[in-house]
Amino acid sequence: MMTTQRKILAPVANVETQAYWDAADAGKLLVKKCQSCGEPHFYPRALCPFCFGETEWQETNGEGEIYSFSVMRRAETPYAIAFVKLDAGPTMMSNIVDCDFDGIAIGQRVRVVFQPSNGGHKVPMFTPV
Amino acid sequence: MSINRAACIAGIYEHPTRHAPDKSLAQLHAEVAKGALEDAGLSKNDIDGYFCAGDAPGMGPISMVDYLGLKPRHVDSTDVGGSSYLLHVSHAAQAIAAGKCDVALITLAGKPRSEGMATGTAPRVVAPSVPDAQFEQPYAPTIANMYAMVAMRHMHDWGTTSEQLAWIKVAASHHAQHNPHALLRNVVTVEDVVNSPMVASPLHRLDCCVITDGGGAIIVTRPEIAKNLKKPVVNILGAGESPKHTDGGRIDLSYTGIEAAGRRAWEESGVKPADMKYASFYDSFTITVLKQIEDLGFCEKGQGGRFVSDGNLISGVGKLPFNTDGGGLCSNHPANRGGLTKVLEAVRQLRGEAHPAVQVKNCDLAVASGTGGSLGTRHGAAVLVMERA
Repeated sequence: MMTTQRKILAPVANVETQAYWDAADAGKLLVKKCQSCGEPHFYPRALCPFCFGETEWQETNGEGEIYSFSVMRRAETPYAIAFVKLDAGPTMMSNIVDCDFDGIAIGQRVRVVFQPSNGGHKVPMFTPV
Repeated sequence: MSINRAACIAGIYEHPTRHAPDKSLAQLHAEVAKGALEDAGLSKNDIDGYFCAGDAPGMGPISMVDYLGLKPRHVDSTDVGGSSYLLHVSHAAQAIAAGKCDVALITLAGKPRSEGMATGTAPRVVAPSVPDAQFEQPYAPTIANMYAMVAMRHMHDWGTTSEQLAWIKVAASHHAQHNPHALLRNVVTVEDVVNSPMVASPLHRLDCCVITDGGGAIIVTRPEIAKNLKKPVVNILGAGESPKHTDGGRIDLSYTGIEAAGRRAWEESGVKPADMKYASFYDSFTITVLKQIEDLGFCEKGQGGRFVSDGNLISGVGKLPFNTDGGGLCSNHPANRGGLTKVLEAVRQLRGEAHPAVQVKNCDLAVASGTGGSLGTRHGAAVLVMERA
């Protein structure tokens, strides 16, 4: 089993995104949904990137599947980066953790786990279901 | 307004250095500017338009204009990453067509090799105010793994193999052996590429471009001026540009910005992929080339792996000679930005100035394209179609 032991850069939240990171600290993965067109999006914005409508936070089930990935071998601690297509709709960048990197595959079902960052908020990452 | 035959490339210069610890960054910009002017047969005082991107030190174009002692009436420092200079040629042509300048200078220079930058494998520092930073930086995106995810998805969707991608590097190395300035002049095999160390799966070390110091410059001018200069005239037929991004989370790696940019460039130029005698594709990685070939319409979507195999990109061997200077994969990737050198080799081919071993016979039409930034997240795509007048 390989785990991510590299130092995770702490995300710098701002007034637009604070709720996302507070939710992450509480073990919840949020996305934003447009109050006008109804479309969810990622990364979260105050105004919808599809129609500029006002947006609201929406809790997800924290699950999705791997759209693509790459295992970074030329790094002090190898790690797996991925795009995860959430059941909630949007696709987000993340890391795949707590698994054998050689077993990662496109289409694999994953669920969110929250990993501590280096002195900051917890960061949503994913592990195979 | 169209730029079709409204402007010409009259001067080009590629700095011969690949390692320049003895030169300042600004000095490299000046040396390539001087080289391009000499190539064109123009003088510094003829320049009334100046174009540069993020590699140029200082405030937009202003610090370089000061350092170079220019007095332009038109400046543009649009930065869309390594493809910026392809876009600059198009913007220079637009400015010339609109009467905003007559002789435009575009410069590029950088010293990532002597500065020891881990260009493609270390996460880049992004200011916290950049809206995507907090949602990406914790995951350690690098240039290499962002391109690798595109390759991984292509393999999943189309069965593309590492061996097929390797053919792109093999072709570049066949060309680089004839370029005395190329950083890597040894011819490599498919086996060499797939047996080289894995950097970011599925991309191996030899799927990645070189890291070099150096630079280059281009002079764009109007046809009335170009026809009285010493070099064969290269007309700009058309151009296209397109940013592509994460689309609010509707991430789709099946296409790049080149698809839209190419469509616009083909329409404006009135020619089609099959007419091209030569192509320069930005080759930050092998996958970058494969995606451009598909998105420009040189083959059906998904068939890029088959298209590049068996030497099809090698001059004198295959149907589509590409990057006959050895490209970024083997020769030069100054400032980690490969767009400008793509224009240079296309112009050499159209002038008949490429190395005789790789010169394409009767090369009257060429395309140059590039994607700057990250293929997996957000990038600026630019396409330029040129003809020998």
